[in-house]
Order: sequence, then structure tokens, then C-alpha cells
Amino acid sequence: MLSSIVTTLTVLLIIVFLFSEGLSVFKESPLEGDNIIVLNHHNTVSHITSSDIKDIFDQNITNWKSLGGSNDSIILFTFNDIGNYFSEEELGPEFEFLPAKMDSLLESENGMIAVFSSKYLIKNHKSKVIQADNITPYSFLTGKEWFPTANPAVQLGVLPLILGTLYVSFVAIIFALPVGLATAIYMAEVADEKTRRVFKPVIELLAGIPSVVYGFFGLIVIVPLIQSTFHLPVGETGLAGSIILGIMALPTIITVSEDALRNTPRSMKEASLALGATRWQTIVRIVIPYSYSGISAAAILGIGRAIGETMAVLMVTGNAAVIPHTLLEPVRTIPATIAAELGEAPANGIHYKALFALGCILFLITLTINLWVEFSSKKRRFGK
Amino acid sequence: MRFVDTLAKSTKQIKHQNMFKIESKDVHLHYGAFHALKGINMSIEKNTVTALIGPSGCGKSTFLRLFNRMNDLIDDVRIEGKCLIDGKDIYSKEVKIDDLRKRVGMVFQKPNPFPKTIFENVAYGLRVNGISHKSFIEERVERSLKQAALWDEVKDKLKKSAMALSGGQQQRLCIARALAIEPSVLLMDEPASALDPISTAKIEELIYELKNDFTIIIVTHNMQQAGRISDTTAFFYLGELVEVDSTKKIFTNPNDTRTQNYITGRFG
Repeated sequence: MLSSIVTTLTVLLIIVFLFSEGLSVFKESPLEGDNIIVLNHHNTVSHITSSDIKDIFDQNITNWKSLGGSNDSIILFTFNDIGNYFSEEELGPEFEFLPAKMDSLLESENGMIAVFSSKYLIKNHKSKVIQADNITPYSFLTGKEWFPTANPAVQLGVLPLILGTLYVSFVAIIFALPVGLATAIYMAEVADEKTRRVFKPVIELLAGIPSVVYGFFGLIVIVPLIQSTFHLPVGETGLAGSIILGIMALPTIITVSEDALRNTPRSMKEASLALGATRWQTIVRIVIPYSYSGISAAAILGIGRAIGETMAVLMVTGNAAVIPHTLLEPVRTIPATIAAELGEAPANGIHYKALFALGCILFLITLTINLWVEFSSKKRRFGK
Repeated sequence: MRFVDTLAKSTKQIKHQNMFKIESKDVHLHYGAFHALKGINMSIEKNTVTALIGPSGCGKSTFLRLFNRMNDLIDDVRIEGKCLIDGKDIYSKEVKIDDLRKRVGMVFQKPNPFPKTIFENVAYGLRVNGISHKSFIEERVERSLKQAALWDEVKDKLKKSAMALSGGQQQRLCIARALAIEPSVLLMDEPASALDPISTAKIEELIYELKNDFTIIIVTHNMQQAGRISDTTAFFYLGELVEVDSTKKIFTNPNDTRTQNYITGRFG
């Protein structure tokens, strides 16, 4: 009783912690540190998103018109070109004249924009300071760019990571389900007791191998194999991750679907055999349909296992945060992102919080999967 | 013995000495160390109903399951002696086990329809035999359901799940399912023991009808049932065939005192 309360509280606490950290990403400015955006005071643009900032810096947007402002071309000031504008004497030995110079520089051209630390802003400035919009949940979920350390504005689009995770996991199940189901059928219906006694512990052992060992195996064996088979520049691809995850999901799939197959009443099998069906016909026409929901639960649990897997995928998928189009491209999954980046993200910064938000997304995905299993196994109990 | 059987017997006897549909010759069966059947000799005529009676664990179900080789499914079974159907040894190497089971249908103790539609249950045996001709299957399903006296009750809901039928209907469905592949022998393992009296009466009536087309062996715990439906009764006790004779003889004047004691309810 007490232990179950403690467990429940712990789980709730973790969820509350995860979501409170994760959701606060939407309250953070995407600008790094105490940076501010300063414009000419004639400029009518009053707010700007982080992807707009990136586009301005990448010179994909070159006119204020595209941001709803007046028809002025954008003149970007960065500190790299400060030497083009001012000499060292003008700025002073301690840069004490910089704030005033910046202000006058920004006022000299209508299209001027600069991003710099708020300590360089002169007190009675003429130029206009605007805010960068916070990341919205919509842009977080649908953004295609994941540059959490970009300067001056971070890009937090997790779509490639979500898609990468789902992609690698589903392909893993496509590999693992036929193999796992075949093994389960063999174990449940074909193998004699002796063979079972050998195979069962081996399959259970498969579940006990640490994931980093799988990753190592993938890196040494599967990655070079893929590289040479498909003549790729690098073998670290979604395919490698899927194969490794498929192997890792096998024990779950085999155990759960074997249990389901074994649940087929003996009387059903006898009835089928007594009608002249062969053993194989009985398996295909009676045993598999009867355990259909158990088998789908096995597949879903296998996906769940694959989605949450971190280390092995981190080691073999190449970790490029781009939306994958083929199996032979590097992909990056949510758990791998969290594991790889959390150590480098400054605590309580926007990057750190974004990683927690990723954790929330992962949690929601696995929760959905678990509810799905629950639902399909309920259907099994009442449907038949 | 009824007139028809007597007639059949006399005409066939002239042609052939061996006119029995089913024979077992000195059959021994071991489950591991357990000696379950001890040298059974029995001959069963075509188009008769033979009831196997005896206390639980006497080997009557095991004996029944010899004839469609259902005992083969159990590990560690050893069978000696000969089982013949139509004069052929069903345990010889040439016999394909699924072909045998197509000729020897079986109805089990508990109704065990598949979780499929009523139609698909009856069609199952045809489909696993590679028959896919739609109108042929439809025709055969209808005929089998009529033979099993179930057609009128289910003809409007053939596409409904068989699991929604009552226990008695399910059992008749299982009989229809067995009949659909046109076996010549029908094995019934206590087919009415899980049913209510009305359903039981229907099944018994049905068995009486089916005798015209099939050779039936039925295991039963119910003495009255054996008396009502069978032509021949065999009493098993502790793995031995104690006595086999016409049902009338067994129930009125058995040779063996053990048979006498069992049918009068002194043990079992």
C-alpha cells in the first residue's frame, strides 16, 4: 500500500517536473543571453520571430516589406564588420563610446538592424528596441530547423526529431515483426520442449544485453556493412538504427506474441486439425487470427521499446537533425538528442528547457502507445 | 439388430469376409509409463452407432481418438497393434494424417466453434481442403447445416459470429462443420455432456438421423443416452475392453459382472 503510494507519487513528481521545465521553454526569449534587437526608429516592425532573425542573418529576407514594414532593404550590422564603420580611436580603449556610436549608426540608415548586448545600449537612445517573439508551441512542433545553439537566435523546430524517432522506430518494427512473429510461432507451435528450453533463455538474454553494447555492435558491424553495400559516404544512417532497434525489440515481440499464440485454446486447434487442416493451415487460419490482438500489442510494445531507446541509436544513426527522406540518410531521434545535448546545454537556458520539452513529447508518444496497448488488449478480452 | 443392418450384413457377408468399417486389432496405447489401452479388439459395422461407456479414465476417449489419430498430438504416446478403416491400417506410413482426418470427422465434448462467422465455421473444412468454388461452398454449407438440423435457426444470420449462438446450437454447428467435408466416420466425444436436456434431445435425434450416412462412434457418460441412440455398446474399464455387444444385450443381460455393476450404477 505504502510502496504503491510512493511509486505513484514518484511518477507524478517526475511528470510534473518534466512538464514544468519543458513548458517553460515557451516563456523564454530565443535571443541568447541579454541580447536585444535594435532598429532605426522609423522602422514600423515591432516584433520578430526567431526564424525571421535567422532568415535576416542568412540574407534570405532582404527587405523589411516581407516582415510587414516599409519598403527598405535590410542593412544588417554585425560586430564582425565594426571595423568597417569605426576606428579603434572612435570607440575608445574600453569601448566606452560604442553605445553612442551604435545609436547614431542605427539612425543613419532606415533599414538598419543590429543585435547586441543590452549593455551597449545608450540610455536616451533614439533607435528602437524590439522584442523577439517567444517560441510558440506551434512553431516548436512544426519547425524544421533544430539549431539550439545558433547565434543570435536559437532555432527550435523539433519536427525532424519527431519524424526521425517515429521513422526509425516504425521501420525497426517492420524488420522485427516478421522475424519475431516467425520465432514466436516456432516456439509456441512447432518446437518441442527440448528446443524451447534452449531457445527461451537465449531470447531472454537478448533483452539483457546493455543497449550500449548493441550500439557498439551496430557501429562495428552494421554501419560498415551498410556503407559498403549501398556505396554511401557514411554508413551511419536511419537504416542502421532501424536494424539495431529491430534486434532490440525482438525479445519483447517474441515474448508477448508467443504468450498470445499460446493462449489459443487447445480445443480450437484440435477442431481445426480434426477437419483435416494441416498444422500450418491451423497456424495461419486459426492460431494467428485468434491471437491477432496479442500480436498487435507485441508490435506496439516493440515500437514503444524502440522509441525510447537512446544509446544504440545515438551511436549508429549519424544524428543529423534533418527530416529523413530515405532510409539511407542520417537521422536524429528525440532520446539521442536529449542524451547528446543535455550535457552541453547551460542549466535553465532555453536550450536546456527545449530538451525537457522534447522529453515531454517523448513521454506523450510512449503514453499514447501504452494506452493503445491497453485498449487493444481490452478489446481482446471482450471482443471474442 | 435392425432389419436394414441384418440385410446389409447378409448380402455383404457372401462377398467378403471382412466387411467391418472400423476394426482395432490388439491395440495397446501407452502415455509415457501409463498403459492406457490394453489390447483392444473391436469391430464396428458400417452405418451403425457404437457407444463407448465406462468410468472416467477408462480409456474410452483415448480409444475414440485413435481413429482420427488425435492421440498423435500428445507427446510421448506409443501405439501398438492395428487400427483399420475400410480394411486399411490408418497408422501405416502411406496414410497422410490430414487425409485421414478428412474421412473421419470428430465432434468434441465442449462446443468449440471458431471465432468466425457461422458460414465460415462450416466452410472451414472445405477451404483448408483447397476448395474455393463459391457456389459449391454455399451449397455444401447449406446442406451440412440442414443435416445438422440447424439451418432454420441460422439461415438469416450466417454472417454473424458463431460465438453468439447458444451452447446447443454451437454443438450442432460443430456437427455441421464436421459433416461439410463428407467424412464416412463420425467420432463424438461426449457431444451432449455440456448441454441442457432439450439440446441433448436434439443432438440425439440428429445422431439417429446421421446413422444412415455415417458410421458413428460416440463416447458417453450417460447410460440412458447410450441405450437410446446406439446399436452396439462397448464397456471399457481400466484400459480394457470388458464387453462389447448389442446395446440391448449389454443393458439387459451383460456377460460380465463388472458391466452389470457399472450399468446398474454400483460404481463409476
